[in-house]
Amino acid sequence: MQTTIRQRFENIDYLDIALWVLRIVIIVAVLWGTVATILDNPYSTEQWLDFLIFGLAQGSLYALIALGYTLVYGVLLMINFAHGEFFMAGIFTATVFVAIPLDASGFTDRHPIWALLVIAVVAIATSMGIAVLTERVAYRPLRRAPRLVPLITAIGASFFWQYFFRGLYGSGITAFPDVALLKGSWTILGLEILKSQVVVIVASVLMLIGLYIFVMRTRMGKAMRAVSEDKDVAALMGIDVDRVIMITFAVGAAMAGAAGVLYALMYRQVHFFMGFFPGLKAFTAAVLGGIGSVPGAALGGLLLGLFESVGPCLFLEGLGITSPYQLKDVIAFTMLVLVLLVRPQGIMGERLAEKKA
Amino acid sequence: MKYSKALSILMLTVLLVSACAPKAAPFECTDAIGCVTIAPGDPVRIGYALVLSGPNESLGIDSRNGIEIAVGDHDTKVLEHPIELVGEDAMCSAEGGQTALTKLAADPSLIGIIGTNCSSAGEPASRIASDAGMVLLSPSNTAPSLTNPDLAWNPGYFRICHNDNIQGAAMAKYVYEELGARTAATIHDGSPYADQLQEVFANTFKEMGGTITAQEAVNVGDTDMRPILTTIAVGSPDFLYYPIFIPEGAQITRQAGDIAGLENTTLAGADGMYSPDFVEAAGDACEGMYISGPNLAFENPIYDHFLEVHLEKYGKTLSVFHAQAYDGTMMLLAAIEKVAVQDEDGTLHIGRQDIRDALYATKDFDGITGNLNCDQYGDCADPEIAVNQLQNGEYVPLWTYVP
Repeated sequence: MQTTIRQRFENIDYLDIALWVLRIVIIVAVLWGTVATILDNPYSTEQWLDFLIFGLAQGSLYALIALGYTLVYGVLLMINFAHGEFFMAGIFTATVFVAIPLDASGFTDRHPIWALLVIAVVAIATSMGIAVLTERVAYRPLRRAPRLVPLITAIGASFFWQYFFRGLYGSGITAFPDVALLKGSWTILGLEILKSQVVVIVASVLMLIGLYIFVMRTRMGKAMRAVSEDKDVAALMGIDVDRVIMITFAVGAAMAGAAGVLYALMYRQVHFFMGFFPGLKAFTAAVLGGIGSVPGAALGGLLLGLFESVGPCLFLEGLGITSPYQLKDVIAFTMLVLVLLVRPQGIMGERLAEKKA
Repeated sequence: MKYSKALSILMLTVLLVSACAPKAAPFECTDAIGCVTIAPGDPVRIGYALVLSGPNESLGIDSRNGIEIAVGDHDTKVLEHPIELVGEDAMCSAEGGQTALTKLAADPSLIGIIGTNCSSAGEPASRIASDAGMVLLSPSNTAPSLTNPDLAWNPGYFRICHNDNIQGAAMAKYVYEELGARTAATIHDGSPYADQLQEVFANTFKEMGGTITAQEAVNVGDTDMRPILTTIAVGSPDFLYYPIFIPEGAQITRQAGDIAGLENTTLAGADGMYSPDFVEAAGDACEGMYISGPNLAFENPIYDHFLEVHLEKYGKTLSVFHAQAYDGTMMLLAAIEKVAVQDEDGTLHIGRQDIRDALYATKDFDGITGNLNCDQYGDCADPEIAVNQLQNGEYVPLWTYVP
């Protein structure tokens, strides 16, 4: 099936040409901007490194949330748009019922590590509970329905949880109490890095590794992979498919719950709508990395965070665009489009076999 | 056939006779843009479109309290008709203003609307209310464009609060003269309010001899402000002005302290962040920062009375645009009283253009916020700007400015 160069030229149509022109224009613009910024470098090395660290911290949050999208997609081929709400539900509940009372009683100041652990446990447990409940009530009855049906249900579930928690805790912004232990910064390798960001990056990396081991090395992980290959055959092999799916949701939500705690440590405020944008970005990250792939979600999240942080000043400032940070979402989504043009399955995604497509 | 002809002749006669009877001539609407007729006993309906949900809801609830107190002070009655309030959530966005006003403008019995809070909602709101022949009185749209005939002005639009041409200039003057800052940077969020206010500030600051090191922008909903703050830190400005709203403003306030190069930078925002909710969202980090806004130290018996009623009905917590909402409602009611034509049976006829004319002609209206006079483009305020500092979570006015 080798095609000669001549044949390939004959098969080119106008759409292909337009797409190639688009790619070249974007790449030239990015290179132009980058070179111009570097020539007229207004930033010191420390500042560039700061941008990188900020991006890594933000990116590891995206990565943690993206895992939930990717796991569920891997097993069910369904995009769970309510995932951002699992993220919000856990930390919002933990802030209202744990973090604020503990802070008021002075416990957080005396035993910050214990306080953080309790907050994390409550947040993760709530996220998991909400996820399992959503799966049981809203998704399981639709398991055999056409694929658009659970997708729309997920959007509905997302709205439901947003407004449920708004009704429960109010629509204002609730401040997450400061943890004195995590104020200030550490000097690591000559770099001043905020303590909260170190915690976010380290915790995320540990959780990513933990999840990878869980999926690749445990019996349950094996069962998940089996279900993702083929539900019916997995059931014939004696795997309780419903249980595996429930656990998949729970594991994804646990990651989201943990991401919620890390988010609160970095941004110190929670509100009912906080899950929407991170959820959207994490979904983007999951698609970017190759939806269905665990390392892909991690890589996609980190790349997205880095591009959002470094991109505006690196690519756009050199082009003379004022207030480039308003365009950071444009950069994120342009990157997504570019990657999908070249690799429709995402950076680490596998090509879909016929049975899945 | 015959009968019907006879009947019509009879009816015509009756009509002619009744027309010639020595009764008052029935009201005939000669108003250029139509009249509202209110039958005896029917309510006079007034709309409001404020931000009633989301992170900035404290601004809208505060204004709504002002409207309700004004209506209460009128004994919920105007010209023997009960007053009925119809409210919509205009949120703090153009889409919100569009939706709320489209809904309100569909109600032909509405005479006027109090709103909106955010200038972003105000731009579409002003256009829709104007097209529907209504008047829109805003307690808190401060963007200069709304009363600029070359930009977003529409007939029938009025505002009771200051124009940001004044607030921006006041802040620049305070920063340059009182704080001694010579370099400044600004951040806006793309909304007409923030964008125009920082522009006025920057232009005035430059005219006075200062240097603007950066004018940056964030998006509504952003949380990670550290990259943009790092960009701003390159110019190491003495002063950073971000007249935006509560969620993003709180994030900038919290994160600015983490950035190398901004340790000695004075932080400041404007009336969009003048709310106890901002203090809650920003935590300890907002201590010592400056917030400009209308001077709320009103000293007059109306305000004393207002505060008394407010304390009783809604508690102690005040945000920033309650007095303006009160004055706007009072102005609208006064205009209705002035122009309404009342039939013997109590039916009210209100000309829509008459209401506009009456409001444009407002002279020396005695309100909480001062002595109100409307100009030809609807700027009615008697503005006095205060620069406040946050001390122990309270907004403490330090300096005031009258143009």
